[in-house]
Amino acid sequence: MNRKDLLGLSELSAGEIDEILTLGLTMKDRLRKNQKTLTDLKGKSVTTLFYENSTRTRCSFELAAKYLGAHVVNISAAASSVTKGETLIDTGKTLDAMKNDFIIIRHPMGGAPKLLAKTVKAHVVSAGDGMNEHPTQALLDMLTMREHFGKISGLKVAILGDIRHSRVAKSNLYGLKKMGAEVTVFAPRTLMPAGLDKMGAKVCRSREEAVEDADAVMGLRIQLERQKGGNFPSLGEYAEFYGVNEEIMKHAKKNAIVMHPGPVNRGVELTCGLIDGDVSRIEDQVLSGVAIRMAVLKLLTEKNQ
Amino acid sequence: MIYQNAQVVIGGEIKKLDIRVENGRIAEIAPAIKGDGLDLKGLTVLPGLIDMHVHLREPGFEYKEDIGSGSRAAVKGGFTQICCMPNTKPVADNKVVISYIKNRAEEVNLCRVHPVGAITAGQEGKELAAIGAMKSAGAVAISEDGKSVKDTKLMANAIQYAADFGLKCLCHCEDESLVDGGVVNEGYSSTFTGLKGSIRAAEDIMIAREICLAESLGLPVHICHVSTYSGVQFIREAKARGVKVTAETCPHYFTLTDEAIRSFDTNTKVNPPLRGERDRLAVIEGLKDGTIDCIVTDHAPHHADDKNVEYDLAAFGISGLETSFALSYTALVKSGEMTLQELVNKMSANPAEILCLSGGIIEEGAPADLTVVDLNEEWTVNPAQFVSKGKNTPFAGRKVFGRVKMTVVGGEIKYKE
Repeated sequence: MNRKDLLGLSELSAGEIDEILTLGLTMKDRLRKNQKTLTDLKGKSVTTLFYENSTRTRCSFELAAKYLGAHVVNISAAASSVTKGETLIDTGKTLDAMKNDFIIIRHPMGGAPKLLAKTVKAHVVSAGDGMNEHPTQALLDMLTMREHFGKISGLKVAILGDIRHSRVAKSNLYGLKKMGAEVTVFAPRTLMPAGLDKMGAKVCRSREEAVEDADAVMGLRIQLERQKGGNFPSLGEYAEFYGVNEEIMKHAKKNAIVMHPGPVNRGVELTCGLIDGDVSRIEDQVLSGVAIRMAVLKLLTEKNQ
Repeated sequence: MIYQNAQVVIGGEIKKLDIRVENGRIAEIAPAIKGDGLDLKGLTVLPGLIDMHVHLREPGFEYKEDIGSGSRAAVKGGFTQICCMPNTKPVADNKVVISYIKNRAEEVNLCRVHPVGAITAGQEGKELAAIGAMKSAGAVAISEDGKSVKDTKLMANAIQYAADFGLKCLCHCEDESLVDGGVVNEGYSSTFTGLKGSIRAAEDIMIAREICLAESLGLPVHICHVSTYSGVQFIREAKARGVKVTAETCPHYFTLTDEAIRSFDTNTKVNPPLRGERDRLAVIEGLKDGTIDCIVTDHAPHHADDKNVEYDLAAFGISGLETSFALSYTALVKSGEMTLQELVNKMSANPAEILCLSGGIIEEGAPADLTVVDLNEEWTVNPAQFVSKGKNTPFAGRKVFGRVKMTVVGGEIKYKE
């Protein structure tokens, strides 16, 4: 992979995604063997710069960097400070001057990592920007699928939930299409963005249609604030008419898996039975997360040497 | 002074004529007037261009633009008259600010500057601004530019009260609740970038509302910067019914689409947002069939710091005075969509008529407001060469035809390349 930054899967080639996933599998093996004192990033410094709350993603990046031997600093800025305090460009220049090798940025506004990447010498890795992309989430989802099924090409993946506000859905769509999978999406009309068909997704009008013959079914988190925004009446109604349950899963392939980027609203996007059952790969996704971030950091740093 | 040997756009035709100017007015138009003059061989003389929608930022935001720099940009762009919007600090909602702008413009003494007053006090949408007093001080219209007057009854009152003073409402059309923080057009490009979109209806609903008010009241309204195909159609249908509605659009709505936002270049952030190809083509159709009367710039200069931030945080607007004629000429005349005379009407006679300004025409006795252009010169837009303080343009690097060579206001050469 010959690039300075990882900002999104829309700009990666299938070859680059394959390279990351292949190394991700290796890293996952190492983690399973409890190998956490690697040296690939020895002497490197990694700063996580999070303008949005996150436990899982930040922890995952931090551990990935530490397992590879890097120094890690965490900065969390409340979203409100963005609008009044230091500009993103000035913050970036400051972090650069401190000789950071990596800046992992999460930001509530689409395109912010790109703006930062243009400004700084450090590698920039997007940990999610607004409604734009969440590349490492999609990569870890693909890692889980690839390990489970042995391949991605030819899989049918159904994504259900708040597609409109989801950077995860878009990054997955870009990545999965490039790797030869088929993607169906379903959401209440109020939570479905324009033009997804143009990006290669099959936009469905029912849960059953979306899940039909699927290998993997992915639920996306529904945020309560969307209900307050008038997009649907209640979480209960969402679960009843849009959630994934055991009945709906009967339409999927027999050995289909259930995934969720977390944190999950139990009984809303997925029933508790699915979350805790054998079909769930949700915990495996978390392990894939650390592995894929190790792979990304290692590949980016290699190209810099 | 005699301007000699130029092609002159006059009375719907283009003729080789000389123009003699005396005491700030056109004294004589004839072939081969004798005497010493300025040889304009190879150049074209247009009636002085008029831009009825600009932001000069003074008072209050002089770091973005001031009346001096904005006027310099105007005459460099070929404009002899400009109308400046009231969203200054303080808001131009009273005679003091209107007088201040008039006085500053007289000191600067480049183009004619006509202030537009606010519709409501402080642009807060609660009470009418001092419309009569502003008219007395020199306001030529009222507008809430930057937003719509939310309260429909108040807007109806504004249209009626302003009509008592011979003023029109220039309507920025935007349903705030539907825009809901959107910064780009809703569509493939908004989904691709993850930037929050707003749907066409946010503009169309307000266009339709203002048309309904104009029709019910039997009074005129003017629709600002039309950007949607559906909005163009609403106006076309209203005009056919005899509603007193006029409309304007800007060069960026017929030269760009929201595809441009995919780079996250904040210079593409403008309100209303860049729309789709269907909209772009409909705007051109609207210009051609007379649905859209004028081309304006919505010149919205900003400091680099206002744009060099996250897309969501960047200011809306394009610095347009210095590129408007060339972009319009290239996209509309050079491409064969309309004649030069038709374009010139959209940029001079029509805005003059809508706002009852003198000028916009070349005839004996008219003010000697002239724009001299070289239609054959191709040049590349370079914001570093802008005299406006606002270098914010999405057109950097674009090749265009039609270069303003000289701008004459009241018989005085105010700009010469």
